[in-house]
Amino acid sequence: MKELKIQPIKNGTVIDHITAGNAVKVLRILGIPKSSTSIVSVAINVKSKYGKKDIVKVENRELDPHEVDKIALISPKATINIIRDYEVAEKHRVKIPDEIIGIVNCSNPTCVSNSKEPVKSRFIVLNKDPIQIKCYYCEREPDEEDIAERII
Amino acid sequence: MNFQGKDIISIKDFSKNEINYILNYAKEMVTYAKGEKYKDIMKGKVLSTLFFEPSTRTRLSFESSMSRLGGKIIGFADPGATSQKKGESLADTIRMADAYSDAIVIRHPQEGAARLAAEFAESPVLNAGDGAGRHPTQCLLDLFTILTEKKKIGKNKVVLLGDLKYGRTVHSLAYALSLYGVELTFVSPGSLKMPKEVNNECKKLGVEPNQTTNLEKAIRDADVLYVTRIQKERFPDAEEYNKVVGIYKIDNELLSNAPDDLIVMHPLPRVTEIDPEVDKTPHALYFKQAFNGVPVRMALLSLVTGGKL
Repeated sequence: MKELKIQPIKNGTVIDHITAGNAVKVLRILGIPKSSTSIVSVAINVKSKYGKKDIVKVENRELDPHEVDKIALISPKATINIIRDYEVAEKHRVKIPDEIIGIVNCSNPTCVSNSKEPVKSRFIVLNKDPIQIKCYYCEREPDEEDIAERII
Repeated sequence: MNFQGKDIISIKDFSKNEINYILNYAKEMVTYAKGEKYKDIMKGKVLSTLFFEPSTRTRLSFESSMSRLGGKIIGFADPGATSQKKGESLADTIRMADAYSDAIVIRHPQEGAARLAAEFAESPVLNAGDGAGRHPTQCLLDLFTILTEKKKIGKNKVVLLGDLKYGRTVHSLAYALSLYGVELTFVSPGSLKMPKEVNNECKKLGVEPNQTTNLEKAIRDADVLYVTRIQKERFPDAEEYNKVVGIYKIDNELLSNAPDDLIVMHPLPRVTEIDPEVDKTPHALYFKQAFNGVPVRMALLSLVTGGKL
């Protein structure tokens, strides 16, 4: 018999196919638990057809596209399922845009985008999976760890 | 090819064809740069030179370029005397310079500052060095020097020597020379090797750079030796700096093993890496290289502001 690791939720969002081990980073992006009162369930290293994955379920909260963009940076294969009354009302994969604006800070401390200038951080996406980005201003290419640490 | 209004921020913004076009136009500027001919194609135009960091050659050669073409210059070489000191943002300073002039030259300690300036200026922005980042006009004048001395850029054997880790000129130059399929050799102390990213960029362009610590061997059949200063300010302590500073020294004894037509280049300022005795030999190209900043920058100013010879 198939074991159910997490209970279904009535309303909210299920983020599935998160790169194994990245669920905690997804929680940080979503501001959980600090800025959220939602009930959240997390499963880490769940077996799936494609190896291991993480799953995050957030009750009574539907993710907005800005948050989805951020998740794409650390889990390019993640899917977002919006649940309404126990049914999947919407399902989509996260999508990395061609330019990432105002989502990640540059890892170069002397990059002009880290000073008090009236600009948002801006990265050109060189490769989507694995993620490879280049700062529009200083041209530094942060590695995956740098990106995860510097998500705003 | 139309460059009017174009910003000059990074050498990577230019194709090989565009670079060739700029270099060929710079050749036409040489007699004007020497003052042997005069044409005021920049008459009525104003250039802002905003130097937030010290500079000798870059600032003077930009100012000379504008003057030689009949234009005027406004600007500063000491940001302490500007509203930056009162906390004004770079963006606002740029907006002002943009209102007062037809093109802006900027040198700034932060990487990406020129790219930011270009976002806030309607007029073309020319990057005169942004922190440890880019210095495209230096790269173009280096290419121009090789082209005019060797009559070609490709098919030369070029040795880059010194601080290859932090030196901004060598990073851009390695990339640009790879566009031309130049044979590259990197010579540096172990702690100042060329960064992996630069090596990868060269490889992407089909050039596999040689890496060595043996300078004498590297220059035995080289066409160009490009020397850079080991920058004291980059080292966490004096001891580390002292370990590497004297490792390589270019003198006549070393050059006696090199081909007669090897040219020695250096972006200057030099400290002790090239012995002054080399200055009098035909190998020494670094002063001519510094002069070449003028025709190259004349060409760029003329192209981006739409003034034509």
